[in-house]
Amino acid sequence: MSDAILVKDLTKHFGSITAVDQISFSVKKGEIFGFLGPNGAGKTTTTRMITGIIKPDAGEIQILGYNMVTAPLLAKQKCGVVPETSNAYHDLTAWQNLMFMGEIFGLPDAYARRQSETLLRAFELTEHAGRKVQSFSKGMKQRLVLAMALLHEPELLFLDEPTSGLDVSSSRLILSMLREMNKRGVTIFLTTHNMDEANNLCHQVGIIRSGKLIAIDSPEKLKNTIDRLHQVEVSFEQEISEDLLRIMPGIIQISHIGDKWKISGENKDALIRSLVRLSEREGLTIISLHTLAPTLDDVFLQLTGGQYS
Amino acid sequence: MNSRIIGEQVVRAWAVAKKDIRIYYYKPPVLISGILMPVFLYLAFLMGSKPVPMSFLISGLLGMTLFFTSTAVSPVVFPWEGQAKTLERLVSCPIAPEAIILGDMIASSVFGIAVTVVALIIGLMLGASVLNWVVLICAILLGALCFSAIGILLSVPPTAIPQNIMLLSTLVKFPLIFISGIFMPVDQLPPLGQTLALISPLTYFTDVVRISYTGGGSFPIGFDLGMLLAFTVILIVASVVLHKKTMPLRI
Ligand SMILES: Nc1ncnc2c1ncn2[C@@H]1O[C@H](COP(=O)(O)OP(=O)(O)OP(=O)(O)O)[C@@H](O)[C@H]1O
Ligand SMILES: [Mg+2]
Repeated sequence: MSDAILVKDLTKHFGSITAVDQISFSVKKGEIFGFLGPNGAGKTTTTRMITGIIKPDAGEIQILGYNMVTAPLLAKQKCGVVPETSNAYHDLTAWQNLMFMGEIFGLPDAYARRQSETLLRAFELTEHAGRKVQSFSKGMKQRLVLAMALLHEPELLFLDEPTSGLDVSSSRLILSMLREMNKRGVTIFLTTHNMDEANNLCHQVGIIRSGKLIAIDSPEKLKNTIDRLHQVEVSFEQEISEDLLRIMPGIIQISHIGDKWKISGENKDALIRSLVRLSEREGLTIISLHTLAPTLDDVFLQLTGGQYS
Repeated sequence: MNSRIIGEQVVRAWAVAKKDIRIYYYKPPVLISGILMPVFLYLAFLMGSKPVPMSFLISGLLGMTLFFTSTAVSPVVFPWEGQAKTLERLVSCPIAPEAIILGDMIASSVFGIAVTVVALIIGLMLGASVLNWVVLICAILLGALCFSAIGILLSVPPTAIPQNIMLLSTLVKFPLIFISGIFMPVDQLPPLGQTLALISPLTYFTDVVRISYTGGGSFPIGFDLGMLLAFTVILIVASVVLHKKTMPLRI
């Protein structure tokens, strides 16, 4: 059993709309899986079904070998969940929230206290432990919710847009904790709109559109599928006209942004060689020359049918 | 489900109850209104035009106190938690819906019992002495569970607007008061009233409390307690079945 999550033909309807349409995939133990998709694609609905919050209309969900529909208590005991909207109890203090989670997960009291202290320190909340969550900022709430999800040392962690709306330092803190957890063997299922986050963090990425899973692969392989893009960015000391660049062979597109030229061609190697030849012939000086790899953004936009800019 | 899992779930239900008490009951306004209610009820009853013996009066008073306190907060816990998204948290945790409901019931019962004990003490100070403590204690425990279950059943409609549930619960609670022998013994009610009284668990509570104070009631002790128990079981089963249906609609 090396699958942490195994999902088969998962489907959910809300009235006449099919929010999730026969999704199947698996996430291996120890992986960070990024779940991407445009707004309303069905990411939250899928996550809620996998975490046992709502029941699927059809399909099968195995969490570390436990069936989420028929053995929810055992499956949930293994999971930590950070939902889309932060949901700590506002009328309880941070400490009381953590202690409550300890009781709900059946943790021994001393262990829950020790864990809470460690987590509060790790998330820089120690001095706010006795304050009601009501008075917390968004970032503090989010860090607390993550601490609550980690209290019982879950083997599998679900996060639905954990860094959305947070400042750089809060999101860095959360992302570095995720990396740390993953190093210790925790499998992570991460829903995000942040392509950099997915690119830097995830072993596998799944892209969902209108309830259907349209791609699932590693970020690098996904980027390789966008082969139409071989771009270089170049800038010259001298002012030149576009016509000069147009005469190079195999050019697909040229754009002039600021002091840089962005040129896409059929072949990156040929493009660079022609640029060098051109500058020698015309007596130009190259200030900078970069090759531009397709980003996960490009993959995402192409696959989800967004406008390519 | 084996007994170890059931044991675990009961412990977790108790955690939910403690959380409820902390968040919804252990609040100055709730506590103060809880204590003021029996005080005002005594004043109202004692200033009534007809002189009624204290031992008769107190059973209706305890009935109203326990019934109103046990159904005061319990109907709005689910809508509140749905609105605050904390229900989504509970549902993502390894706690069965039955245990969440049990926890809410325990919290509501603890509050109802605490306020009823205040009413009981005021009664003792006013000279209403208890003939049968065992029966009285059984009645209060069972009554608290039964009325809390009514409160929780009232919260079944999956609205996220607590006011809707408050309206519903007012519409259910006040008519029950009039058909339950609070103001006059059931056997003195008109025939229609007597029939209606049979479908109100408050009738049996008031009757058995009356027995524990005066020794005499409309029904035998065993029948009263048995009916309370039966109502409790039916209400709990109905709550669990219906809440399991509507819980996903709140998330
Ligand atoms: N409780 C619900 N009742 C009715 N429709 C719903 C419900 N939850 C989700 N939907 C619908 O299901 C579809 C998928 O929603 P979902 O929240 O899963 O999207 P998402 O991918 O998480 O979007 P976002 O990026 O905006 O968070 C949407 O069309 C949404 O309107
Ligand atoms: Mg979402």
